[in-house]
Amino acid sequence: MENSQKIPSRSFAQRWHIKPILGTVIMVILLVFSSQMADVNVGMFFANLSQFTDLLVRMSNPTWSYLSIIWQPLYETIQMAILGTTIGTIFAVPFSLLAASNLVHNGIIRNVIRIILDLVRTLPDLLLAAIFVAIFGIGSTAGVVTLAIFSFGMISKLFYEVIETIDMGPIEALESVGARKLTVIWYAVIPQILNQFISYFLYTLEINVRASTVLGYIGAGGIGVFLQRSLNEFNYGATAVIILATLIIVLVIDGISNHLRRILL
Amino acid sequence: MAEEPIILFEHVNKTYKNGTIGLKDINLSIPKGQFLVVVGLSGAGKSTLLRTINRMHGITDGKLYVDGDEISQYKGKALRTLRRQIGMIFQNFNLVNRSSVQKNVLSGRVGYYPAWKSILGLFSKSDRDKAVRSLRRVNMLEKLYARADELSGGQQQRVAIARTLMQDPKIILADEPIASLDPKTTKTVMDTLKSLNQEDEMTVIVNLHSVSLAREYADRIIGLRAGEVVYDQMIENVKEADLNQIYQTEEDS
Repeated sequence: MENSQKIPSRSFAQRWHIKPILGTVIMVILLVFSSQMADVNVGMFFANLSQFTDLLVRMSNPTWSYLSIIWQPLYETIQMAILGTTIGTIFAVPFSLLAASNLVHNGIIRNVIRIILDLVRTLPDLLLAAIFVAIFGIGSTAGVVTLAIFSFGMISKLFYEVIETIDMGPIEALESVGARKLTVIWYAVIPQILNQFISYFLYTLEINVRASTVLGYIGAGGIGVFLQRSLNEFNYGATAVIILATLIIVLVIDGISNHLRRILL
Repeated sequence: MAEEPIILFEHVNKTYKNGTIGLKDINLSIPKGQFLVVVGLSGAGKSTLLRTINRMHGITDGKLYVDGDEISQYKGKALRTLRRQIGMIFQNFNLVNRSSVQKNVLSGRVGYYPAWKSILGLFSKSDRDKAVRSLRRVNMLEKLYARADELSGGQQQRVAIARTLMQDPKIILADEPIASLDPKTTKTVMDTLKSLNQEDEMTVIVNLHSVSLAREYADRIIGLRAGEVVYDQMIENVKEADLNQIYQTEEDS
């Protein structure tokens, strides 16, 4: 080889940063168009700000005695979230293993599983809750089933993406000693992903605690039922207590889960 | 030296799906108890050759005998039974980092257990003792309960050898076992392989880059280039100049 190496010249697009500029322009155009199409009026937000402050004033006098009544439904909300997340996770594990391209080489199985998971994820949780309230009636069963399905869709995707990043070396080693597929997964896959699995479980639990307060609003059990009732009765003192209590519970759960996840990863 | 071949390649070819030729008309007879070193450039097919023996790679055509049985079409249980008699050692050790040394070593034995027993960790007392003996053999017993990622590279490779010993293998395949190690640990690992060959009468096949190590440890050296065996000599007939030729690329010549 002769030593005649030159710095290669950049292409036109690279030199003038065509891609990022074009991307920004398209983004701005999309924003302007969609706000016009959807008839979003920013002026209206400020015009009605007085109603918001009015509501705040009325809520500024929390009926603290209401706390003893909402204690039970708050507890129920957390239980719903834990139950729903756990059930969803149990179903998510086999599906995520089957959806991982480094474990399942059969493209047909993998794609069928992925399509199922995509479909599950497209269902909005409020829609699911509405359907299950219609089936199971008002109460926490509808909430748990909704959260289980929602968690299943979300966790499956998070899990299989984790599985696809693992080191394949140990898998090769276990296959070379004559291990069955299930044994390979147990010895070479699970130890590599367990901490990330737990972390994603906690993350989903956080989301579900928040989601279950909203789901209750349409009758799926928990604190949301009481929130809706107090608003209907214009009992703003009670509303304030519910909102504050929920806020504290969510903060506590988030705090615990964040702390655990930091330790794990 | 024993004369009965434990591994026999007859006109073995391997072509990858994308058309790349992995192995080309390999004919090799490897007698029981031989210490065989395979040398050649990266991409010459050394790893492929090694992995056809325990069928981690399939072959396209030809016949491949291990211990008298034609294995190229093995599936399921027959394949697992074949693999558990053949130990494999890797360049990157391939231990499970987050698991203990003990669990890593015991995992070498799972081929002898039904899936549910190995998942529940129900290893027999004699196999647990065997794990202790295997680790003692490679001088790593003190690390029994350490996590694999706490160990240095040389220590990890010794644990990997202990894992292989759990299989009671007749054959050990080592794919560049010392490529990520320093010279001192290289010697320890190569000496261990040599002792398995001489004291335990295992057939050992090692892929190496280093010609000097090959000359030091091998009974026989074969050279691969572009998937073909271009050199095959017993150690007493090996000449330095021949070996250098194996490493010659087309650009050089």
